[in-house]
Amino acid sequence: MSTVAVEARDDFPTATAPREHYLNVNYGVKSWLLTTDHKRIALLYLASITLFFFLGGFFAVVIRLELMTPAGDLVQSETYNKLFTMHGLIMIFFFLIPSIPAVLGNFLVPMMIGARDLAFPRLNLLSWYIYVLGGLFTLCAAVLGGVDTGWTFYTPYSTTYANSNVILTAVGVFITGFSSILTGLNFIVTIHTMRAPGLTWFRLPLFIWAHYATSLIMILGTPVVAITIVLVALERGLHIGIFDPALGGDPVLFQHLFWFYSHPAVYIMILPAMGVISELITCFSRKRIFGYGFIAFSSVAIAVLGFFVWGHHMFVSSQSVYAGLVFSVLSFLVAIPSAIKVFNWTATLYKGSVSYETPMLYAFGFIGLFTIGGLTGLFLASLGLDVHVHDTYFVVAHFHYIMVGGAIMAYLGGLHFWWPKMTGRMYPEGWARLGALIIFIGFNLTFFPQFILGYLGMPRRYHMYPPEFQILNVMSSAGASILGVGYLIPMVYFLWSLRYGAVASANPWRAKGLEWQTPSPPPTENFSETPIVTEEAYNYARQEAVGV
Amino acid sequence: MPEKASTLAPRVDALYYFLISVSVFFATLIFVLVIYFAVKYRRRSATEQPLPIEGDLRLELLWTLIPFGLAMIMFGWGANLYFSTSRAPSDASNLYVVGKQWMWKIQHPEGRREINELHVPVGQAVKLTMTSEDVIHSFFIPAFRMKMDVVPGRYTTTWFEASKVGEYHLFCAEYCGTRHSQMIGRIVVMEPVQYEHWLATGNGSASTSGEAPEVAGARLFQEQRCVTCHGGSVSGVKLGPSLAGLFGKSVQLQSGETVTADEGYIRESILNPMAKLVTGYQPIMPTYQGQIDEEGLLQLLAYIRSLRETVEPSRETRAEQ
Repeated sequence: MSTVAVEARDDFPTATAPREHYLNVNYGVKSWLLTTDHKRIALLYLASITLFFFLGGFFAVVIRLELMTPAGDLVQSETYNKLFTMHGLIMIFFFLIPSIPAVLGNFLVPMMIGARDLAFPRLNLLSWYIYVLGGLFTLCAAVLGGVDTGWTFYTPYSTTYANSNVILTAVGVFITGFSSILTGLNFIVTIHTMRAPGLTWFRLPLFIWAHYATSLIMILGTPVVAITIVLVALERGLHIGIFDPALGGDPVLFQHLFWFYSHPAVYIMILPAMGVISELITCFSRKRIFGYGFIAFSSVAIAVLGFFVWGHHMFVSSQSVYAGLVFSVLSFLVAIPSAIKVFNWTATLYKGSVSYETPMLYAFGFIGLFTIGGLTGLFLASLGLDVHVHDTYFVVAHFHYIMVGGAIMAYLGGLHFWWPKMTGRMYPEGWARLGALIIFIGFNLTFFPQFILGYLGMPRRYHMYPPEFQILNVMSSAGASILGVGYLIPMVYFLWSLRYGAVASANPWRAKGLEWQTPSPPPTENFSETPIVTEEAYNYARQEAVGV
Repeated sequence: MPEKASTLAPRVDALYYFLISVSVFFATLIFVLVIYFAVKYRRRSATEQPLPIEGDLRLELLWTLIPFGLAMIMFGWGANLYFSTSRAPSDASNLYVVGKQWMWKIQHPEGRREINELHVPVGQAVKLTMTSEDVIHSFFIPAFRMKMDVVPGRYTTTWFEASKVGEYHLFCAEYCGTRHSQMIGRIVVMEPVQYEHWLATGNGSASTSGEAPEVAGARLFQEQRCVTCHGGSVSGVKLGPSLAGLFGKSVQLQSGETVTADEGYIRESILNPMAKLVTGYQPIMPTYQGQIDEEGLLQLLAYIRSLRETVEPSRETRAEQ
């Protein structure tokens, strides 16, 4: 417990006397666009990824509307293909990958380790500009007619046959990649060099461990996808034969390079989510985490093993049978650390003091949906079974359970949890619980039928489908409409709360962690004095013993 | 459950049921525990403070090793299935599939061609040798639990044995452009007698023409003058290696390596002859890249496959055909 903490635990009189903090220290567009404050940059990211989220969500709405009927009667096939391509590209590269790291991570990594900012504040601002620039390229490509290669850019379709804005889109993705490299680099250096006195590695919150592991993947993986995109552009623009067999290339090589990044990218999306869940579960059961070391090292294990499983996307690609065996066994191994985390979170609840505020509801939702998403991953890792379900709706359902059911549930849980810290305002609890419930129900109704569709054999990326698949598709579309409403609810009350929300105290959840030991919203320098850490993370018992 | 119409289908479904049982067990376990703990240990007063629990090594080992053991069972089971799909039985009949945007072209060993339809007899193993004229496609028959990518520039193979008469879906499962969702077809599984009848009569449909692929291949072998060098010795000098009995044998290369003369090797040797030179021959063969289309290559392949040790292709006899 830091010396600051003892005084800081009580409410600050924010309601009566205006106190200077990072939001009111100065005003004006310039003070935001030229800020190097990690907290403001986090909010810049929050605004931009929210825009992309609703844009990507809009594409999903049109897709689900089209799939209500077996015939292609709402849009043309060409448009449909562009819709799912843009949906995937935007949701993955412009929403999910930056979501937790660039918003919550940016805001919280320095605060959780007792630092005043990230190690390279200007680099941090640059990474946001790079992200925006990449986003503009991709939006341009969308406005100028879109792209229809699927977010996977498989060759030789993308390099030779597609008649859409492949290069412009690819440039957008290429540029955005550098923003995640810079963010990863910044986090690693910050975590290594800027921890408060006494904050040893094994006293770090698990959120930090998760972001450290994520940053490793960002730094090691992203350059590979960047190179791959350059190769695609070289072949498409200059007809240099790399992937197209007509030019002497190898189309399957592209898949190896692409998945070498894009499989670990899944862990870029889910590892930070797991970090958030560890914070939420401990706070709302008022207990230290069960098996701290196992959760921390399982993040690192996932990050490392995650680099060696890319071939499980290619079991029917004509890759060798023996390569398939190796990738299958490694894919099963990477499932174990995830299972360890789920068991440990569950065990943390045991003999705890559990309360059901909105962030905890999202954490419960995460555990349920991530468990289903993880278990169905075993079906896909299993060679003989994957042959059947590969490239069907089973895969679509599986990765939405991980990315939407897992990553977005955790992102929303985290956003609710730290909203008082970020904005100084409380969100309305009743509406928030209702929103969480609607999202959970809508999500399951949308994606559970897709598991069945997939096993029945409905391929993904199909604009039209045989009539026997209609009932399940209608169920899925109905669920999507509920899910869509569910996502609008938090959007509305978060904005509402900025003006009308109850004023938040420094630590409304009575949570541990350094970020709660400074006022809400925090001052620009985060802490008036550098905190000194004398205890492990999540030491809830000690706090109570000292007495509030 | 989708229709089970191949010998593989029940085996895949058995693994599926096993995985579902394990998943339902663990999902239920987690859900019940989370709900039970959340209710039983709900916060009863604002000031209550539970005692800390650090963790338990025995529990950690338990929930690491049990999932690990189960995962290895799943791995072994899945791998076993995968191996059986990758190796066709030796008595399988050879069908050739060419995918292109957006249709499937199929040729039977007897010569009959079909588009977007595949007729097969029940109870007979069928091996598919497939390639694409443009982008990557994937040949997917859900009722057979069978799928294989169809890749330009190389041959992929898979096989199935239909076990139930009926009509089933054929889908392209790899996104291949605008009309990907219309690159679909129909698999018709017939009694062997009806299948013979269908082969013989042509069933009245348009795509009936056809000599057997190895016959067409033999003609190409003459037309493209392959026979000049590969047709046996001319006054004692062999310009190119004989192709009789070549298929499936191992070949000694000048680089010192040995390769098996499979579909991929033969295709490469036609299109890019300098890639793998057979020991004892001069590098004089021109490339046939761009001169023979995918179906022609498959016919040549069928012809070379049909050449047994004893049947040496000779200029005289073949030329007259």
